Amino acid sequence: MAGELPFEKPLVEMRQKINELKQFGQDKGIDFTDEISRLEERYAELEHEIYSNISPSQKMHVARHQQRPTSLDLIQLIFTDFIELHGDRLFGDDLAVVGGLAKLDGKPVTVIGQQRGKDTKDNIARFFGSAHPEGFRKALRLMQQADKFKRPIITFVDTKGAYPGNTAEERGQSEAIARNLRDMAALGVPVICVIIGEGGSGGALALAVGNRVLMLEHAIYSAISPNGAASILWKDASKADQAAEAMKITAKDLLGFEVIEEIVPEPVGGAHKNYEWTASAIKEALIRHLEELSGMDSEALKEDRYRKFRKIGKFAFEQSSAATAIE
Amino acid sequence: MFKDLFQKKRKYATIPSDRVGRGGEPGESERPRREVPEGLMNKCPKCGTIQYSKELEKNLKVCPSCGYHMRLNAMERIHMLLDEGSFQEFDGGMVSVDELEFPGYATKLEQQRMKSDLREAVVTGQGTIDELPVVVAVMSFDFFSGSMGSVVGEKITRAVEVATEKELPLIIFSTSGGARMQESILSLMQMAKTSAALARFNEKGGLYISVITDPTFGGVSASFAMLGDIIIAEPGALFGFAGRIVIEQTIRQKLPDDFQTAEFNMAHGQLDLVVHRKELRSMLYKLLEMHSVKGGD
Repeated sequence: MAGELPFEKPLVEMRQKINELKQFGQDKGIDFTDEISRLEERYAELEHEIYSNISPSQKMHVARHQQRPTSLDLIQLIFTDFIELHGDRLFGDDLAVVGGLAKLDGKPVTVIGQQRGKDTKDNIARFFGSAHPEGFRKALRLMQQADKFKRPIITFVDTKGAYPGNTAEERGQSEAIARNLRDMAALGVPVICVIIGEGGSGGALALAVGNRVLMLEHAIYSAISPNGAASILWKDASKADQAAEAMKITAKDLLGFEVIEEIVPEPVGGAHKNYEWTASAIKEALIRHLEELSGMDSEALKEDRYRKFRKIGKFAFEQSSAATAIE
Repeated sequence: MFKDLFQKKRKYATIPSDRVGRGGEPGESERPRREVPEGLMNKCPKCGTIQYSKELEKNLKVCPSCGYHMRLNAMERIHMLLDEGSFQEFDGGMVSVDELEFPGYATKLEQQRMKSDLREAVVTGQGTIDELPVVVAVMSFDFFSGSMGSVVGEKITRAVEVATEKELPLIIFSTSGGARMQESILSLMQMAKTSAALARFNEKGGLYISVITDPTFGGVSASFAMLGDIIIAEPGALFGFAGRIVIEQTIRQKLPDDFQTAEFNMAHGQLDLVVHRKELRSMLYKLLEMHSVKGGD
């Protein structure tokens, strides 16, 4: 097997032993069926144990796994009749964001996702899933189109962050993200967002202003990537693991803060171990949440979305005002 | 003998190293160049010109020789902007809490308060500019690099809500290094919260003037700062989403000196106006006045 993560080493070793035993039995003509099934059982137990106790930094590595399903993988498995639409009508077609029309359980929706590459060449074309302004503007164009035709909107978030380059700055990266945040708040159709991998910074949020925000079990979501935080806090980007532990980036943390509404389970070993399983878990959750939102009119949907974000934040009060303290 | 020649070399005269290149008493030249009472003189961070602080203040903290707009504390800005005695603060007692139990956050908050004389990185309230009422939010870079955590997001959202309710124009002065990492996801969500409040304000037809001051980046730049009906920047103010260093590392190229300055952003269509601090108040007045009578009324 390829792409094993460091904390999966005990599993790799055990798998190796099982394979050796199988080979040995075959070579010598000895029947080890009982032993092998016992070992397989222990393997499953160990896998379950490792995955139910993985740390935030280990989750970060699962979320960034090269073989983790991308937006396009999931779109193909969850929806039917996907028609990809292109371009922001202003500058270009950013391949870091994909979107279009599709049917979910027979009903038309607009689906948009951030798209990492599958290999190096694809990654370069898609800027590793980091959008330029035209990517955010394409997404907003498709969302406003959905609003016009009263289609629900589903977004998949999977990005380290907005593209940090001069071309993006020159074309208004800040404005593009800001506009998405404001105009997504004003959409009159149900918006459901799923954090499927890494949700990094404003670039992730620009596709995540939803009535419901769901998160895959091992996905992460934060204000800045753990690598970025480590380089700012400790001047050392290699301390990303340490930052990941401090930053409360896991689905469980975010459910506690009421930033997300639900954790969508992943197959044991992570989403990359079974695409179909992952897709059907997401599909089930999407259908259920859409059903819940279907009774609301456009004003109620806006109000619901406003309230969701309005209540996030923790603060306290002291007595006298800052102004009087200074004057 | 050869041996003697080599030994001799070690006996050349030497001068103690701490006297090299110095005249008079050692230590005299080690004294800092400006040994003046604290706060009497001020040095321009850009051109290095030294001037009396009082003179500089009269000049609204703009360097008289190079025109550099120095960073202002929120209260300085409010005194400069609003009619005397007109300011009524909102939520002045709101303070941050260490919800994530982030290492070092509580201590750092304490230090920032001492340093800036502020409780948080934004001061919000209501006042008048030449008797025209306005809701204002003024950020302060000297508190935690103007970073946006829950308190900044909440205070700005409340100010927007007051402006919406009272149908008053809104002016926000931004300056920020971005999201407050110590509040991670809660900090990120403030971008959505403030922008959603502005969406409502916008739908109700409210006027929002965004004034971008040096420097404004990240989560503040990519939310309320860029959502103004009219966006103004002070000359030379740096603003953008990602910072220069990160961008240079990404593209592996040096960026031009003027990259992300107000003038650069103006040339790239990201701003309506670049206004000198001396003219800012009168420009804001004109804009407010222009919107106080609705067309067709």
